[in-house]
Parts: sequence; structure tokens; C-alpha cells
Amino acid sequence: MPSPTHVSEPADRLATSVVAPSTAPVVSAPARRARLTGTFWWSLALIGLLCLVAVFATQLAPYPPNAQLDIVALKSQPPSAAHPLGTDQYSRDLLSRMLFGARISLSVAMLAVLLSATVGTAYGLVAGYVGGRVDAVMMRLLDACLAIPRVLLLVAVLALWSPVPLPALILVIGLTGWFEVSRLVRAEVLSVTQREYIVAARALGASGPRIIWRHVLPNVLNPVIVAAALGVGNIIILEAGLSYLGIGARAPTASWGSIFFDGSDAFQATWWIALFPGLAIIVTVLAFNVFASALRDALDPHQLAGDRAR
Amino acid sequence: MADPLLTIEKLRTYFYGESGVARAVDGVTFSVGAGETVGLVGESGSGKSVTALSVLRLVRPPGRLEPGSRIVFEGRDLATLGERELRTVRGARIAMVFQEPMTALNPVFTVGEQIAEVVRIHAKASRHDAWQRAVEMLHVVGMPSPAERAKEYPHQLSGGMRQRVVIAMALVMNPALVIADEPTTALDVTIQAQILELLQELQRRFGMSILLITHDLGVVAETVSRVLVMYGGEIVEEAPVKTLFAEAHHPYTEGLLAAMPRLGESRERLRTIPGTVPPPTRWPNGCRFHDRCPYAWERCTSEHPPLYQIGDGHVSRCHLAEEPARRNQPHDPFIMRETSAGGGRDGVRGARENTAERSARS
Amino acid sequence: MRRYLAARLLQSLIVVVLVTTISFFLIRLAPGDPFSFTDFTMSSAAREQLRVEYGYNQPAPQQFIRFLGNVAHGRLGYSHSMQRNVGTVLAEAVPRTLLLMSAALFAAFALGIAVGALQAVGRGSWLDRATSAVLLLFYSIPDFWLALMALLALAYWIPIFPSGGMMDPVLHDYMSLGGRIRDVLAHLALPALTLALLSAAGIARYQRAALLDVLPLDFVRTARAKGLGERTVVMKHALRNALLPVITLLGLSLPALVGGAFFVEKVFAWPGMGYVAANAISARDYDLVTGTVIVGGIMVALGSLLADLLYALADPRLRTR
Repeated sequence: MPSPTHVSEPADRLATSVVAPSTAPVVSAPARRARLTGTFWWSLALIGLLCLVAVFATQLAPYPPNAQLDIVALKSQPPSAAHPLGTDQYSRDLLSRMLFGARISLSVAMLAVLLSATVGTAYGLVAGYVGGRVDAVMMRLLDACLAIPRVLLLVAVLALWSPVPLPALILVIGLTGWFEVSRLVRAEVLSVTQREYIVAARALGASGPRIIWRHVLPNVLNPVIVAAALGVGNIIILEAGLSYLGIGARAPTASWGSIFFDGSDAFQATWWIALFPGLAIIVTVLAFNVFASALRDALDPHQLAGDRAR
Repeated sequence: MADPLLTIEKLRTYFYGESGVARAVDGVTFSVGAGETVGLVGESGSGKSVTALSVLRLVRPPGRLEPGSRIVFEGRDLATLGERELRTVRGARIAMVFQEPMTALNPVFTVGEQIAEVVRIHAKASRHDAWQRAVEMLHVVGMPSPAERAKEYPHQLSGGMRQRVVIAMALVMNPALVIADEPTTALDVTIQAQILELLQELQRRFGMSILLITHDLGVVAETVSRVLVMYGGEIVEEAPVKTLFAEAHHPYTEGLLAAMPRLGESRERLRTIPGTVPPPTRWPNGCRFHDRCPYAWERCTSEHPPLYQIGDGHVSRCHLAEEPARRNQPHDPFIMRETSAGGGRDGVRGARENTAERSARS
Repeated sequence: MRRYLAARLLQSLIVVVLVTTISFFLIRLAPGDPFSFTDFTMSSAAREQLRVEYGYNQPAPQQFIRFLGNVAHGRLGYSHSMQRNVGTVLAEAVPRTLLLMSAALFAAFALGIAVGALQAVGRGSWLDRATSAVLLLFYSIPDFWLALMALLALAYWIPIFPSGGMMDPVLHDYMSLGGRIRDVLAHLALPALTLALLSAAGIARYQRAALLDVLPLDFVRTARAKGLGERTVVMKHALRNALLPVITLLGLSLPALVGGAFFVEKVFAWPGMGYVAANAISARDYDLVTGTVIVGGIMVALGSLLADLLYALADPRLRTR
């Protein structure tokens, strides 16, 4: 699965020790201001388009997604004029299934990410702000959780309860994905709380939770939003993978992953059933990844915690 | 001077960036003789470090040496020399000592290895011979237990010892010229003295020339025979060291000397030169120091001064050479700034005028 | 460094215990036990005997202790779908997964480091930007889909590679040693490359950034000032430093690789852990599934421990502490 973004202890140390100021006197690199480039806008537009498709799937789809149209004549037909993406082995129109699949895949991903982001932010805020022993313990626990491969955990949980209803799926995926976010948030919190306006707020008598809510949180959200955008992409792929293993969205629900699962049976003969969900996933995930990248650039990379030295 | 070892003529090093062209070194000419120690003095932003880097063409894009620059060394013009030939000069005939010994050394190789590497590439020596030479060199620079130290990594040594390693690395091939760029700035005061003494001793022993770059006049007073003062990308004064300290001519040099804290002097505030160094993308019109100069008058805001001859081996880039009486009428430097074309909208126009003036001159 | 290693060892142990505990609770919560399943050829008395033997009739806390003990001894339960002990099944399957993962790791790092370094040196050029775009594309491709398409394209439509499995089902045993090795390698190529390609994209990105961080540093300038050629400067002086952060990726990419192995093995029918687990899921073979999860967790913990050890050895600053 796509890239690990957190950095372990040795790399942290390397980052802070090797990136020392150079004494070479050169004109400094142009200052990076918030620049919303073209890339940012077209990726955002693409995401918007995909969301619209998901929302209006009912209106856009020529057939209901689970309708078996004509099990004799229309079984496993390659793409044609009547069925632009072909039909599957149950004679269901693939285009319609794909459109509804957008709804499932996108909503699962977005809701799961929302859950991960919320839990992760809360955990990171507490750990970073409280500090001391509590922080140390929380981080050790987090490190242990981070070391467990997410897929293994999901397989363990979902295999035992499959088929899993969609809300439960979202819950499980969300609860296994918050570790990374909390690490980011904690690092950001540590940096922010050292800045002067926090000290000033404390001096003015503001209480802990109030400080967190009004001063720390808004500043800390930047890397969270970027991580969330990347997370949506990851989860779309993850959900599809889980469906491929048979433990994701259950039949006959059409998610892109379960469509692919159907298509992987006789993929030599009915290659289109496997091809199109993959393409859809690629386009969607690409849009989210590009968007996250553009967002990160726009929000000034030097502010984001993670693998950059302070 | 008898045939100089290094002659730099009209050196210009420009940096091309988004905010314009930074003329870091803008027409510098000087020589270094064999066995001589020359000091190049200036604040940060004066162009002295870039000058040092330019000699060996170590300036990276977006910086580059402008055409017309000449760097004559041992009969060859380094400014136009081919890359492969230039590499035979670097480290072997001309060596550099950099400012920050911690970052100048590669953290993943032992110090012995880094010195030996120089020997291996230039003298085609075997690993064993090169290592022996490295240990020898560490001994020469005064490193205790050189054989053991050679096997250590930079992070295991103190700042002073690391600088000795850097010096050893520079001298191992017996170069004719060593360019030392602020070799003591990053070190403690007591270590500074040790390193300077080491450099002088090594020079007595090996007879190489030293071009010492520094912002610290105190360092210069003790170690060099001739001083070049840089400001605004140019040489503004050149003199034998005793003359400079006794009879400095250029107002900038005066300012630098006055700013040095002296033992036995009771002052509550250190004297400073008012204002700041202008950005190399917009040198002021006329004399580049005029907006900070207590003597400047109208001529200084429009006419770029050439290097006037003041005495034997003493030149100064200041119109006071022609109108010395004005030295008796100092004023607040900022009066000149308001009437000059150095800032705001005028600055752009002024910069263009300046370029025209310069190209007319050259 | 010893203290660092001890801390890492402890952490790995905690991870393994955590994974084991979670698996245990999941198994307990699952309906039934392995022996209530459909193997009607077994009499209920025999089934009961097996239950007692494997401890399924005891209260939960005792079962947990027993479970931990069993795991420590490698007794991971009984697989009803394969009619063998989980331990035996996995003992066969794990080395195959290790082979696949090693090949994939090697390919991923070789490719990723080379591409990333080249990109950093040619920074800003059109090739650099084009490569970044391609890498971004790769990030967005699901591995199982890529695996399937690769299989379609390079094994079916253009039969270059074998179409799955680990060896030729008919001829393998009749081949010479050299032939057998070549056979396995041919079957290994496509799955390993697929697994590697996606990791390589991440590694290339990281390596590019790491090298770009190192190139402007002072000691690189010193190396040039010594008269070294540009290639030596980059490959010997700069890259040696820039490789260090990339080594940390070794440990970090293990979880991803283990996860990816599940999917890729299933597509290519490579008979490793992932393939076994995928089938076990369909067959509702809980013990086998959780056994796989535990072993997978141990593999990852050990692997990242080794990777961190490698890093500590590679960086002289850590080695000599």
C-alpha cells in the first residue's frame, strides 16, 4: 500500500543533525507564499465532479445497479453501444454499477477518514498538550499500534465477522487509521505551544481546553487536512482490496472493489469487469493525491511536521 | 611585486534569481604574491566569500562567473579552464579551508579517510601510502595521537580539532595557495588564537601563500602583510597592514576600525556604522557606500569612484582622495540618502543608470 | 547503541504481544470453534476429544494463558479447511512469502534509489518533472489491479511469463536443479515486480528529497574543492549520507509489503502466507486466519527491528555512541 509517511527515531535524528545551515552565500530561494496553482483547482474540480456523480448516481445510471437484466442474452457482454462498459456474469449493467460504486467507495473512504482524523487529532492534541509522562506513555502505545500492518488487523477483524454491514466496515477502517494523524498532530502541537501567543494566552488566564480549542487547534489542522486528502485515496484502494479478498462491502452491494472481485474470476474472458473499476480507482485516487500535494505546497511546506527538520 | 602567484582581474560573479540579478562580486582586481599572506576583509554581504569561492569556480548555479573575468594562476586562466584540468588544481595547487569545520567534513567517513582521499586522487597513491601521509599531516597540524585520531569520525572531535583536520586536508598536497574563508569564526576565542598560530607556523614551514577571508580586523592585524577591504562587491581599499591601521583612508575602513572594541578604552556603547549593507541586487548609485558615509556629498551620489592612489601600495575608492578637505565636514549619513537615487522608484532607474555607467567605463 | 537496541527489542515484543492478544480476543468472539464445522466424517466423540486437546472447553483466562504458551511454542491451532495444523501450513507458506518479499524489497530499493538519485541530480529538468508525475500516478494504482493487468498483459495476451503459481505444475519435478531454479524465478518475476513497483515509487520520492537535502551541504562543497569529479562527489559523498534516511524506509515498508503480499499472492496464486490466508477467509477458517495474522505481525516486528539495527550500524554517529 502507498507510502509510509511517518519517520522513525533514527531518521528524526538524522533530519535534525544533517540539515545544518550552509554557509554558502547565495541568493535565497523565492519565498513560498500560499499559491493556489492550476493543479490545485483542477484536482479539486475533479473531486467535485466525482462527488456529484456519486450523489446523482440514481439519476445518471441507465439501470438499477443490482438488476439482472437478461440472464440469458446479456450475460457477460463486452462493452457495446447499449452497455458502454459491458455487463457482468449476472447480466448487470456495469456502467450503472460503477456509478453506484462511486457512491459507496467515496462515502466509505470519506467517512472513515473523518473518523480517523477526529480520533487522531484528539489523541495527538491531548498527548502534545499535556506532555510529560502521559505523553510518553501515549506515544509508546502509538508506536506499537503503528507497527502492526493495517491490512493484517483488518483481515483479522473482518474475516471473523464477514459479511460486515457498511457502517461497521467504515468504523473498523476508521479506527485502524488514526495512528499516523495523531503523530502529525502531536508534533504540530509541540511546535505551536512553544510559540508566544500561547504563552500570552496563558498569561491572560485562559484555561487549558480553551487554549487548545481556540489557539492550538486551528494551527494544527493544516497537516491533518493534507493527511486526510491522502487518506481518502488510500482507503479507496484499501476498501477495494478488502472487497477483493471477500471481506469488504458485501454482495450484491456494488463498490468498485466488489465489482473488481466479480471480475477477477474469469478475467481472461471478461477482462472489462476488472479493468474499469481499476481505472475509476486510479483516476479518483490520483485526483485526491494531486490535490493533497497541491494543498501541501499551498500551505507552506515549512510549517508541516513530519520529515522536515525544525 | 615580483611575478604574482595569483592575479584576479575584473572578477564578476553574478547570481540570477527571481528577485533580479545579484552582483555579489562586481569587478574585483587584485594579486597575491608567492609566500604572501593577504587579508580580504568585509562584512557579510560584501562579496568576500563569493570571491574566495570564485577562484576555484565553486560557485553553483544560479551563480556564475561573468565573461571578462580572469583568474590567472601558474600561467593558466582558471576562469576559462576546462573542468578536468581545473580539478587538478583544486585541492592540489590551490586548497580551501572553510568556515564551519563540523559541516565541512563528511560525517560518514573517518577524518583519516577524508585526508587520504586527497592524496589518492592527486598523487595516485596506494591506500596504505595515502593513509600514512594523512597521519603524518595530522601530526604536522598538531593533532595529539594522530594515528588513533585518524580513525575517528568528525562528530567525535572538538571544533578546534576538526579545523585542524580541515587544514591538514588542505595542506596535504603542498599547495601553492591556501584560501581560508573565515577559518576561525565558528571557533571559541582561545581556539581561534591556536588555529591562527598554526596557520602562521605552517606558512613559515611550507612557504605557501594564504588568502585569508575574514570580517574580523583583529585577526587581520596579527597575521597578514597586506589587506584588501571589500564593500558592495568591490575592493574599496588596499594597503599594507600597518598602513591600513595607522592611516586608513576609506570612510568604511575608518568605520570598521572605529567599531573594534579596544582594551583600556572606556566606552558605554560600541561605535557602529549606521545603516545596513544594501542588497546585491540593488547597489546604490555612485559610491556604493554613500548612504552610510559621514562625508558624502553630491558627487558621491552620482559618480562611481575609481581606485585612487593614496601612497605606496595604498589605494582607496573614495572621492576624498581628490577633495580631502571634505573630511573636516562630517554630517549625518542619512542626509545623503534622502537626496540620492538609492531607494524607492528611483532605485530602479538608478540601477539601470549605474549599469550603463559601468559598461561605459569598462 | 546498546540501550537503543534494548528499547527497540522491548517495543517489538510489545507489538507481538499486542497482536497476539487482539487475535485471541477476536477468536473467542467468533461464533463456534474450529471443530464445530462441517467435517461430518468425524464422529462427535472424536471432535470432543480434539476440543479438549486444544483446550476449547476451558474458561477464558486459562485459555488465554494457554494460547500465549501455544503461540510461543508455535502451536497455532488447527486448520479445518486444510486438515492440518496451522503451524504446519504456515511453516510451508511463510518461506515462500519471504522469498517473494525479499525479491520485491530488493527490486523496490534498487529501482527507487536509482530513480530518486537521478531525479535529484537532474532537478528541475523535464525528465525530473515527468518522472515525478509518473510516480504520482503509480501511487494511485491499486496493487491487486496492477497485478491482474500485468497477468493479463504479460502472461495471457503476450505469454512471456507463466500465468501464476510458483512452479510449473507438471514439469517442475523433472527438471534439473538449474532448471528448477529458473522455473521458480520465472514465476517469481511478475509478482515481485508488481509488489516492488508501487513501493519503489515511494522510495524514489523519499530518496530524491533526501539527496536534495544533502547536495547543498558544506561537505559536498568540500569534496568538490578537493578536486573530486562530480560523479564521485554525488555517489560517494552525497549519496552515502542521503541513503541513511532511505534505510529507515526498509523497516517502514515492511507493513506495506506484507499487506500487499496478501493481494498479489492471491492474484498470482503464489502459494505463500497471503494466498493461504485469502483462501482461509473464504473457507471461514478462523484459526488459520488468525494464525496468519500473528505470524505476519511477528514477521513485521522482527523485520523492522532488523532494519533499525541496520540503520544503527550504517550511521557512524549512532554506531560510536
